[in-house]
Amino acid sequence: MHNMLLEVKDLHVNYGAIAAIKGIDLNVARGEVVTILGANGAGKTTTLRTISGLLKAASGSIVFEGRELSKLQAHEIVALGMSHSPEGRRVFSTLSVEENLMMGAYTLKKYDQATLDWIYEILPRLKERRKQLAGTLSGGEQQMLAIGRAIMSKPKLLILDEPSLGLAPVLVKVIFKAIKAIAKSGVTVLLVEQNAKAALKLADRGYVLELGKITHTGSSEELLNSEVIQEAYLGKKK
Amino acid sequence: MDIFLQQMVNGLTIGSLYALVALGYTMVYGVMRLINFAHGDLVAFSAFVGLSVYGSLFSEGTTSLLAVVSVFLLSALVVAFVGVLLERLAYRPLRTAPRLSAVVSALGAGLVIQNSVMLIWGPNMKIFPTDFFPSTLWSVGGIVITFTQVMILSLSSVLMVGLYFFINQTKIGTAIRAVAIDQDAAKLMGINVNRIVMIIFIIGSALGAVAGLFIGAYYRGITFDMGWMYGLNAFVAAIMGGIGNIPGAMLGGLLLGLFNAMITGYISTQWAETFTFVLLIVILVFRPTGILGEKVAEKV
Repeated sequence: MHNMLLEVKDLHVNYGAIAAIKGIDLNVARGEVVTILGANGAGKTTTLRTISGLLKAASGSIVFEGRELSKLQAHEIVALGMSHSPEGRRVFSTLSVEENLMMGAYTLKKYDQATLDWIYEILPRLKERRKQLAGTLSGGEQQMLAIGRAIMSKPKLLILDEPSLGLAPVLVKVIFKAIKAIAKSGVTVLLVEQNAKAALKLADRGYVLELGKITHTGSSEELLNSEVIQEAYLGKKK
Repeated sequence: MDIFLQQMVNGLTIGSLYALVALGYTMVYGVMRLINFAHGDLVAFSAFVGLSVYGSLFSEGTTSLLAVVSVFLLSALVVAFVGVLLERLAYRPLRTAPRLSAVVSALGAGLVIQNSVMLIWGPNMKIFPTDFFPSTLWSVGGIVITFTQVMILSLSSVLMVGLYFFINQTKIGTAIRAVAIDQDAAKLMGINVNRIVMIIFIIGSALGAVAGLFIGAYYRGITFDMGWMYGLNAFVAAIMGGIGNIPGAMLGGLLLGLFNAMITGYISTQWAETFTFVLLIVILVFRPTGILGEKVAEKV
């Protein structure tokens, strides 16, 4: 179990009186790409926001590199090597592209030039627009920025929440290509996606979340070939 | 023409004071969406702290550069500390509460500070030492400018330019802007939002403290309840410039100071306040977000 980067055990999260996450177990090993699939409202974003410390768990444990996270605040968790690119991109609209990337490196004493160069290499559009305000970018470019910003902290684990949401197919390709390059460079990736097919093609393993509980888990291949998954998430009829 | 130029100098002086105080309102609003109604009372508190620091370390007739510098540094330090305490006790517990609760808490905190000042220093007007700044004055082409005015204009400019560069060019300054845009996203960058809020209160309170001491040095008489009037004018200046916008607070302060001085010079002192609010209403009717407004990125 020592090569487990992230271990979530029996996690419960409530919104007031409503139980959103009802006891889930989830592991991510070093170097893996793991995806969480599920319909809207299944609890995917809630799970991610709890892991990164924006929400507090009602019970259960979240262990990152052997360290319990549930007592830590979001900003402290980033410094441990976990980076979360949130749903809806959430770029700093009145900061320039470059300033957004610098904020991504906030936990480092000085930003890493090699990382910045590499981001500009895999997402060249960001380099062209580096002086522009982030709010003036297109949705796809903002997503590129959100991902680039998240890896400026040189994370061990990169959490991506719906990176392809609302993007044109050609941009979805660019985004997935970049995620692939990031994973290949050795960063572990936990990916939430509604584009199940693309996510499973990229991931090693997957979990299926339904109404706050994990209902299926397996390798990407198993999930791609499973009839239940095909019907529910891949749009294939029997 | 002489009156006009003289009132320009006077207006820019008062305007600099308004601008320094307005920065405190606008920075706190930008990050917390809260009007810190206790800010004006911190300004008054500073003048009294400065007077006591002066009185316990120096005496009238022996004022030196060292005396003035230590009064400014110690007062700014004490007021910044009280500002941080104010945030901890009156605002942080209400961070997720409805907006109205925080407003009531701010008004209450203002009354607590104002009444504490009254209990400590008494209800009567106190007078700043005559030689706090040298009484030198210059006559240039029919207008008179005092040493105190030169000090106010120059130190305020230095502080405002410094703040502008700090906010726009440094890592912490960029983090302050990031927190003002999206607190959750800022947390995900590893930014400690509570620390940023603390820095905002330190800077805002210290700038207010400088303004409070200048008010003492310029007008000489200070009262425990003067924070209300200066606070209100600075608040109006912040709204005119565009609340939440730092250059807006500077511009709003200077414009309001000039406007006040012109009304005082050409109409009468009694009407200055009335015209201030007429101007505010006119600006808000035509530009609801203030002159510079909240900066909104538009797609090009």
